[in-house]
Amino acid sequence: MTLGTLLRIAWEALVRNRVRSLLTMLGVIIGVAAVVITISIGVGARESIAAQINGLGSNLVVVIPGNVTLNGVRTGTGAASTLTPGDGLAIAKLPHVASVSPAVGLRTQVIAGENNWFTQVAGVAPTFTYIREWALSSGAFFSQTNVSESAKVCVLGQTVVDNLFPKVSPLGKTVLIRNVPFTVIGVLSVRGQSAGGQDQDDTIVIPYTSAMERLTGNTFVSALMVSADDAPYITAVENEITGLLEQRHRIVGNQEDDFSVRSLQDIANAASATAAVMEYLLAGVAAVSLIVGGIGIMNIMLVSVTERTREIGLRIAVGARASAILEQFLIEAVVLSSVGGALGIVIGLIGSGAVAVLGQWPMVVPPLAIVLAFAFSVLIGVFFGYYPASKAARLNPIDALRFE
Amino acid sequence: MTDAPVPVVRLEGLRKVYRMGDQEAVALDDVDMTLEHGEFVAIMGPSGSGKSTLMHMIGLLDRPTAGRYLFEGQDVAALDADQLADLRSRRLGFVFQSYNLLSRTSALENVELPMVYAGIPERERRERALAALEVVGVGDMAQHVSNQMSGGQQQRVAIARALVNDPGLILADEPTGALDTKSSLDVMRVLERLNVEHGLTILLVTHEADIGRRAKRIVTFRDGKIVSDTPTAEAAIA
Repeated sequence: MTLGTLLRIAWEALVRNRVRSLLTMLGVIIGVAAVVITISIGVGARESIAAQINGLGSNLVVVIPGNVTLNGVRTGTGAASTLTPGDGLAIAKLPHVASVSPAVGLRTQVIAGENNWFTQVAGVAPTFTYIREWALSSGAFFSQTNVSESAKVCVLGQTVVDNLFPKVSPLGKTVLIRNVPFTVIGVLSVRGQSAGGQDQDDTIVIPYTSAMERLTGNTFVSALMVSADDAPYITAVENEITGLLEQRHRIVGNQEDDFSVRSLQDIANAASATAAVMEYLLAGVAAVSLIVGGIGIMNIMLVSVTERTREIGLRIAVGARASAILEQFLIEAVVLSSVGGALGIVIGLIGSGAVAVLGQWPMVVPPLAIVLAFAFSVLIGVFFGYYPASKAARLNPIDALRFE
Repeated sequence: MTDAPVPVVRLEGLRKVYRMGDQEAVALDDVDMTLEHGEFVAIMGPSGSGKSTLMHMIGLLDRPTAGRYLFEGQDVAALDADQLADLRSRRLGFVFQSYNLLSRTSALENVELPMVYAGIPERERRERALAALEVVGVGDMAQHVSNQMSGGQQQRVAIARALVNDPGLILADEPTGALDTKSSLDVMRVLERLNVEHGLTILLVTHEADIGRRAKRIVTFRDGKIVSDTPTAEAAIA
């Protein structure tokens, strides 16, 4: 018997019982679809998280002020006025630190001509574009000279441009920030939403010296953005910064730090963990339904062997070897499970597409995942089809021919 | 002895005992019988006389408890299950009372079945199956599905399936048992023609006297033993 003949006989037997075959395949279909969707969610979510993290900046470490206790009242993280541009300069000299930018943030009303808008103003250093990996769509970013001179220049995010200069180019125009006129010298490229859902383009960037001297009037910064020169050094850089700042801020013994160091890696890990939980959950569903699907196939194959006892008897009488009968029923089970696997892959791809649209990440299904899912469904057929097939092959032809 | 043609079937002291709990049922009791090439023999006897057991034994579907069975000169006791299966597909043809065609399968494919297991290539299978259907007179029904045919037609297809591998022996187990008188006569005429014109050796099991009479020799069984072995009147005239 050639494989082609065996496959054709198996296919015909399954087509004869179309509805039953389809119902039998259901478990395998769901299982394989779940496998494909699981892998696609895993890869897609991880890529999406990686893209969002990279969007915040390369190897970014953020230092923010800690909490202070005044007369027994603790203020919470970020309230202390302890970080200075000097801390930033010291951090810049640490090993594996690529660059540092102070950040001074304030939220205020801004005015340009007859338009006004409430937005986020950030005072930063020229290293900002490198640390946040944020290019300009037009104009230029301010220079170190602008910082030294506390120049009244600004770079706008696209959302601010849309609201203050809906019709004209903003370059060279003046924006009033807390009644201080700043000249627009550049526009940031569109960034879209952050991982937290904020509009990252709703911002105005100015030299941090200008922000401190002309707007806030104090000598402290809201945060220090530090970029490590490579991902593996992020933890080392975090520790170095902690050590350095404890020294500079004269924090000794078990005294509480007046600052806090965080890397985006921590945030990324939390996000990946969420995706992993989802993956395990779906992998569990996939495993259970593949096993249930396999048992379903075994069940139907046993029914089929009983129903076709006479046919088996006849095949033995006209000269089928036991191995030929075994092959026939085994191949029938494998065809059942692999057709189910193929349908499952199709449904899995559709499902992955739907989940990708909902999760707003790219639909990625590695070809290896499809190959593995299919191979697994074939194995299910062999494993669960073997017992019914061997039962058929062991039938006594005389009893089988008499079977009513 | 060496010059004499080898008999198709030679049974020497064949015994078959079935064990049911602690009881023993003797189905065949010391049977000696020889079937020469070209014979047309009817095995007759009441139910329970052992004729079906004999059929299974000669058809290599069951093994004897004691005694020797030589098929075409070969002692089948020495053969394993696969070798028996190969002998069945190449040297034996079965016809059953209930036709046993594969349901929802065309006549042509049913006739091809023994050749599938004998490993004959598809093109040759097709040609030989069509020729066999022609011989039994249903050549025009090759594409008919078994359920669409009458009993007589189905039994003809079954006979085509039995003869398609050019077997040394055709075993027909009550081939007319499920047919009306006219269809029975048709089927018997086909078997007679195969025996006379194609020289096929046929062993027919029946309990109907007028069917048995159409063979050339009648062997009668009772309680597992041969009680008579005589040529029929038709054979005597011929």
